[in-house]
Amino acid sequence: MNVLPDGGRMTVERAAANSVTGSGSKTPVERTYLEAIRDAMEEEMVRDPNVFLLGEDIGAFGGAFKVTDGLHARFGDDRVIDTPISEAGIVGAAAGAAHMGMRPIVELQFIDFISCAYDMLTNYVATARYRAFLPCPMVVRGPSGGYVRGGPFHSQNPEAAFLHTPGLKIVYPATAADAKGLMKAAIRDEDCVLFFEHKYLYRRIKDVMPEGDHVVPIGKARIAREGTDVSIVTYAATVWRALEAAEQLAAEDGISVEVIDLRSLLPLDDDAIVATVRKTNRLLIVHEDTRTGGIAGEITARVSETCFEWLDAPVLRVTAADVPLPYSPPLEDYVLPQTSDIVRAVRRLVAY
Amino acid sequence: MARAGKTPARSKVARGTAPRPSDALSREQRLALYRYMRLTRSLEERLVALYRQTKVVGGLFRSLGQEADAVGSAFALEQRDVLSPLIRNLGAMLVKGATPLEVLRQYMAKGDSPTRGRELNIHFGDTDTRNFIGQISHLGDMVPVMAGVTLSFKLRGEDRVGLVYVGDGATSTGAFHEGINFAAVQRCPLVVIVENNGYAYSTPTHKQTAARQFVDKAIGYGITGVQADGNDVLAVYDVTREAVDRARNGGGVTLVELMTYRRKGHAEHDNQSYQPVDEIERWAEANDPIDRYMRVLREEQGVTDDEFDAMHAEIALTIDRATDEAEASPMPEPTDALVGVYADPPIIPPLWFRESVRSAVDANERAAGWGTYDG
Repeated sequence: MNVLPDGGRMTVERAAANSVTGSGSKTPVERTYLEAIRDAMEEEMVRDPNVFLLGEDIGAFGGAFKVTDGLHARFGDDRVIDTPISEAGIVGAAAGAAHMGMRPIVELQFIDFISCAYDMLTNYVATARYRAFLPCPMVVRGPSGGYVRGGPFHSQNPEAAFLHTPGLKIVYPATAADAKGLMKAAIRDEDCVLFFEHKYLYRRIKDVMPEGDHVVPIGKARIAREGTDVSIVTYAATVWRALEAAEQLAAEDGISVEVIDLRSLLPLDDDAIVATVRKTNRLLIVHEDTRTGGIAGEITARVSETCFEWLDAPVLRVTAADVPLPYSPPLEDYVLPQTSDIVRAVRRLVAY
Repeated sequence: MARAGKTPARSKVARGTAPRPSDALSREQRLALYRYMRLTRSLEERLVALYRQTKVVGGLFRSLGQEADAVGSAFALEQRDVLSPLIRNLGAMLVKGATPLEVLRQYMAKGDSPTRGRELNIHFGDTDTRNFIGQISHLGDMVPVMAGVTLSFKLRGEDRVGLVYVGDGATSTGAFHEGINFAAVQRCPLVVIVENNGYAYSTPTHKQTAARQFVDKAIGYGITGVQADGNDVLAVYDVTREAVDRARNGGGVTLVELMTYRRKGHAEHDNQSYQPVDEIERWAEANDPIDRYMRVLREEQGVTDDEFDAMHAEIALTIDRATDEAEASPMPEPTDALVGVYADPPIIPPLWFRESVRSAVDANERAAGWGTYDG
């Protein structure tokens, strides 16, 4: 059972899609979201000698958030490489190593700094296979997201900036089990995967890890909660706010809310989105990223093109306001989506 | 105008006394150097003709006057070593095994070109056997990439080195700095060649940097820096070979500044209004790398006019045949545009208005699938 400490107790109903390899649990081990990411990297480094890590302060220090803690001690200087502060250099070097058959995992100390490598990712990495048949199997990962009083440069959700770059894949897990399974899938993918980690979830949620080689396929969404009246499509930390809102709406209004956790943003799971819209005929999209040009807009367009006659109400969005994310708690809380915003939007959809 | 008043740079490698790596080159290898330089120039001249016939559908980039720096440096590599060329390094790619047919198909956007018509000009590579990597247009970006390529050699203990070219302009980019610094810290087996040809598009070097010379930048990275006459093919070979050997023996990164001059515009459309005419003429008359090397071959190797004529005839025939073959090559199938963005999925589905079967909106009625997902 997963618990978020700040907003009451929330239970995740695991859909069948969140597959468990093997059964017969003996001594279940709970791992946090952060530990799950580390476990996935460690297991893959054991499995494949071509997997190696590079990033700032990730060696003996273990990284700013300690995601790589202990990996340097186990694997040494050649497989856990401390780098200069140079995001473009690190990402470019990872691409070159990937061309030669390595499987680099780049840590960006905060995902906010991915913009420093924007050129490398969009112009070089994303086009490599298409323009030059150069394989670029690499993972770029880093702590993302707000609700942590990080201010404008330690809270960003820059995923939409990469959504319209063909050649990249984007995943953004909401649960510890998905964090592990998606990381394994990302490392094994033949193309570059941007792996967004929500730092608010790092140590706040945990899961009993599925046994065996737990891989969550990229491009498959998850039904986080089944429902019949309204669909909420979301991902990352706002999955938990959507689940909290669903609880409240069930209790106070008798509204049955279905929550879809996208897990992958590129490619989007169109089948899962269409299925839930056809089921409930009302769609709310929630994301922590800013509104204009965000992923919600893309999903809205796809639903409009393919599900127009299945809709009983306009598609609504709950997102951050279009401002840089401010530091002070009253400001940040005002800008970012809250559970009460989601409750209000769902009520509006039902009343339409 | 920084370079305008200068005498063409001469090699700092003293000739005659100290042993030079090129001393070990056979007569056959010395002739090969000449052939690659001449092939580069002749192939580009053919491309100009095709460009004027609009058969080259994009821009055309010349390396006239810079053939020695590309050929002499690439000649210092083994086949297993990886080279990352720039737009004026056609000669280096030919040394690495790129063929005139590939280059012609590429410029003519043919479906059987090395990039199947996706990329332009000499932006292509082969990492399977010949070991050169296609560049992108963003200058400096190949430096971090080659830092990673050579990092992989170091991590795996492979006896391979990398060579990456940048122009004088690219040294101003962040990518150049980040890449060379990363490689220096990791002691990657990498040679970074700065081709100083006097201009980045229209910008002369004195507007590019306040440094006295580009080789001075090596000091800031804690790496070896050397400078040589880029129009002396043997001097280029010598200085590059020493840098390659240093990299191969664990000595880390070397920055090599090759002094040369760009006698044509940035691309074929460029009228070079910013370059003094007498400057171009002076370099053409006094410091053409092919003319200079012909004299060396005549004087030091006894190469005869007949030998040169035979080589020129063979090159002309090669280019004629490649041109005929490239002209006969098919253009790409339009739907090939959707293939190969990802390994999985291998094909991007066509947009509905491009689907021949389903573009029923033209008939002023609903498409069968309108309003549904899978219809």
